[in-house]
Amino acid sequence: MAYYNTGKRGEKKDDESAGNRYANPDRSVALQKARIFNDTPINVSKCIPVATEILYMLNQGEQLTAKEATNFFFAITKLFQSPNPTLRRLVFLGIKELCSVAEDVLIVTSSLMKDMTGKEESFRAPAIRALCRIVDPSMLQSIERYMKQAIVDKSPSVASAALYSSLQLARGPGIEIVKRWGNEIQEATNSDNPMVQYHALGLLYLIRKSDRSAVNKLIAKFTTGRYLKSPLAVCLLIQIVAKIIQEESTLGITTASHFDFLETCLRHKNEMVVYEGAHALVNLRHSTGRDLGPAISVLQLFCSSAKPTIRYTAVRTLSQVAMTHPAAVTACNMDLENLITDSNRSIATLAITTLLKTGNESNVDRLMKQITSFMSDISDEFKVVVVQAVKALCLKFPKKHSLMMTYLATMLREEGGYEFKKALVDTLITIVEDNVDAKETGLTHLCEFIEDCEHVNLAVRILALLGREGPKTRHPSKYIRYIYNRVILENASVRAAAVTAMAKFGAFNEELRPNIMVLLKRCMMDQDDEVRDRATYYFYVLDSHQAALYNQFILTPLQVSIVSLERALQTYLTTPAEEPFDLRSVPIAAEPLTVEEKRPRSEAREERAQTGAGGGGAKDSAKATTLLDSYVEQFKNIPQIAALGPLFKSSAPIQLTESETEYVVTCIKHTFAQDIVFQFDCINTLNDQILENVFVNVESQDPAFVINGTIHCPKLECNVKGTTYTRICLPKDDSGATGTFGCTLKFLVKDCDPATGEVDSEEGYEDEYVLEDIEVTLADHMQRTIVPNFGSAWEEFGEENENTGTYALNQYKKLQDAVDNFVTFFGMQPLDRTEKVPDDKNSHLLVMSGVFRGNFNVLVRCKFILAENGVAMQLQVRSDDPDINQAIIESM
Amino acid sequence: MDFPAMEPNMYTVKAMLIMDSDGNRLIAKYYDDTFTTSKEQKGFEKSLFAKTSKASGEIILLDGLTCLYKSNVDLFFYVIGGSSVNELMLVQVLTCLYESVQKVLGKSFEKKVFMDNLDSIFLIVDEIVDNGIIVELDSSAVTQRAAIRTDDQQSPMGEQTVASVLLAAKEQLKWSLLK
Repeated sequence: MAYYNTGKRGEKKDDESAGNRYANPDRSVALQKARIFNDTPINVSKCIPVATEILYMLNQGEQLTAKEATNFFFAITKLFQSPNPTLRRLVFLGIKELCSVAEDVLIVTSSLMKDMTGKEESFRAPAIRALCRIVDPSMLQSIERYMKQAIVDKSPSVASAALYSSLQLARGPGIEIVKRWGNEIQEATNSDNPMVQYHALGLLYLIRKSDRSAVNKLIAKFTTGRYLKSPLAVCLLIQIVAKIIQEESTLGITTASHFDFLETCLRHKNEMVVYEGAHALVNLRHSTGRDLGPAISVLQLFCSSAKPTIRYTAVRTLSQVAMTHPAAVTACNMDLENLITDSNRSIATLAITTLLKTGNESNVDRLMKQITSFMSDISDEFKVVVVQAVKALCLKFPKKHSLMMTYLATMLREEGGYEFKKALVDTLITIVEDNVDAKETGLTHLCEFIEDCEHVNLAVRILALLGREGPKTRHPSKYIRYIYNRVILENASVRAAAVTAMAKFGAFNEELRPNIMVLLKRCMMDQDDEVRDRATYYFYVLDSHQAALYNQFILTPLQVSIVSLERALQTYLTTPAEEPFDLRSVPIAAEPLTVEEKRPRSEAREERAQTGAGGGGAKDSAKATTLLDSYVEQFKNIPQIAALGPLFKSSAPIQLTESETEYVVTCIKHTFAQDIVFQFDCINTLNDQILENVFVNVESQDPAFVINGTIHCPKLECNVKGTTYTRICLPKDDSGATGTFGCTLKFLVKDCDPATGEVDSEEGYEDEYVLEDIEVTLADHMQRTIVPNFGSAWEEFGEENENTGTYALNQYKKLQDAVDNFVTFFGMQPLDRTEKVPDDKNSHLLVMSGVFRGNFNVLVRCKFILAENGVAMQLQVRSDDPDINQAIIESM
Repeated sequence: MDFPAMEPNMYTVKAMLIMDSDGNRLIAKYYDDTFTTSKEQKGFEKSLFAKTSKASGEIILLDGLTCLYKSNVDLFFYVIGGSSVNELMLVQVLTCLYESVQKVLGKSFEKKVFMDNLDSIFLIVDEIVDNGIIVELDSSAVTQRAAIRTDDQQSPMGEQTVASVLLAAKEQLKWSLLK
């Protein structure tokens, strides 16, 4: 073999080939050698190395053409003549490797079927595997009988091979045929062999997973008793149970036995199972709010294991918990401390970041020093984790910001990928927006960063931040230089962002305005359309010298979500209308485009950094902003509701029943200009009943509310969500905006067969079910909006549009509690961070803005004073309409 | 905020690799399309080897993949899984792979002997994982199923005829001469 690899790369080569007799494979030479397969009788000792060489060549990543692959394929099939087990096994391997590229592979079907059912035990399993690789669905029927037999074969290797090959078939169009083998698969789960059990359970779940009651039966069967011998199978069962718990929790159902099973798994003798159980419990915490204690203490034990992987799993899971529930992890702090010096860098990094999240102010310095010492050794994924941890710390210990800021600035100057830099910038932006003391240093660091920033995306975000926060600082002028530099040096999108940022400085600061206007004038010569347009627009707005115009057209951000705006514009264009488009017909964004919206998103990113590539977390925040749109879409198809005009606000779902009752009902309140619509989502959990003509009877004590029509749900089958609506007309004079509504679910019951769902008799009987009351509060009539300059907006309304009231609130002992409560009560947007009460203050001023149903702007000032026997509050309301002021005061 | 529901998943293993002390690929089995081209695979192997050949410990998170590793003399063994996989399952796969190879190589655990027995190694790898699904975790079951002649175990005769026994004996003799 040495003839084609000598003298090419000198000594090193010789050395290498000494250890590797297959070095430097070549397809044409290999094909030549494969001729030996044609000899009769077959020379086993010569054929084995040649077959191995072909496999090795494929393994090295050699790409064959279809023709070459076919040639090899047919050469190899000649070896079916040989009874030698090793050679034959290599043939099966070769078929599997080549069948995806080669043509006419079906030709070996009959040989494989012979081996699959033959006497030679050791050929049967590999033959099944190879066969399942090459069959197409049309052929599957012809081998169906043999597959069924193989699944229940007494030889575990044959049964396993049939099961996991079927799993592969069931991923494709073969699923319908595999579903017919249910009985055999069920029987295989009773096998004594642990691996057969594992594969059978997996396949059984796959063919039943779309049927929730079948999955529940499967769980009930396997969770009782020590039925499963294989730890792998138990792990799989844990995953199945966790999945069903999550699915059911979205429907409002919880099954205690499922949790009991997960908790018993924590006491399993196999570590793999214990970890899977703990992991499942920890991941389920959001949907269920169960106590994490048992799972955490298991992980704590893992921290001191001798095996690195066990320590790794523990610290990784703990760090995930620490992101949302740092308090739960503090019990493990001592164990984590010991892991800081772990020889495995991944473990040490995770331990440090977890401690940063849970630790106290005193050890932060030490941890930060430790981590910077090996920052250059760790991968970008972990760097992102570190940055996230630092961010959490800054929010937790605002006083440490100067130290943190130094670390972040150093990291910002270091090498790193986009994700890493983005995490850093996100963190700095959060700190700047959150912490008044850190604002100026943070902005300076960011200014320096954009001087040399290759990521357009980040530069644009930082410029937007400068425009928002810069004007409010003590020396706004120093930022102008950085911003204008961008206009000179960068590409069009950055220049456009820079122009907008400058305009905000001009609008906010009287003394800077002339200079800004000079700069904007220069930008009006820009070669890019967008930059020129923006500069011109801002220049003339500033040139008008009217504060109201600045406020409205430069400082106030867009109050509606982009998605809703796009949808509204599309509708407007398709329906010809006389009147111009009215921006007020677009639903106001539930979450304004500022800090509040960014938080969930960066958390989602944190999640992703932890779980690597997986993670649909980012989708969640996108979902929140488009929730309102999805309701709008939903109502389009219901003419009665569509007639009520644009949707103003929708509440979060409210549970009207316990989650484990026969009927589960949740309610969403939709507010329109003159009406409220209650949307009741009902689930019938009884499988022996079908409900018909379902609706909710709503009653109110207050005659001002008129219940005006319901939309019934015609039929409610078991575990299928049905929806019914009730419309309430609101009093015209806005006076009584709040009230309580009693609700009763009414329906016609028909008994049915639990298995088939067929109705026993057409005769049903009327029944009803009392639900909890619904409260309509002030927040249901109010949308949050941002007013960037509260002071000037407050003055614009003037004193004549003001109503006031004074209240003694004795139920509160702390100012923060009272403030929190009023923010939720009003459902308005707190401004200028007044929702946070600084420590050790005896009085506080809360300012909020919002839009009242019917598009009336409302501003609120609440003065809180901490008295001896509670909190006293003075409330001032200003709005476009005195009736609304009155309504708000009255609702108190 | 909720975690996305995890789909129960049997496709535990994304790849199994065996490399030599220079980071050259000896065996590589990729079971899904995380890396689609041969070039991407080689690139990943290179960075994996760079990160692990000198490090202690047996686990690392690389490019969002969980990588378990173990080495002896001039052979490096790797088992790769997704980021949310149960790492302890991967350890068991790695242990099984390592022990099965050990059973084949016997006392001479080195690359040369490994390459001489490459046919058996291919069969072993094939018996541990199929398409990402764990097939077997017990190394003696693996070597037995791969019908590999280990020192402590004779190939079972079963219900073979006298003729086939003779044939087998002949084969055995041939093999011992060849060695």
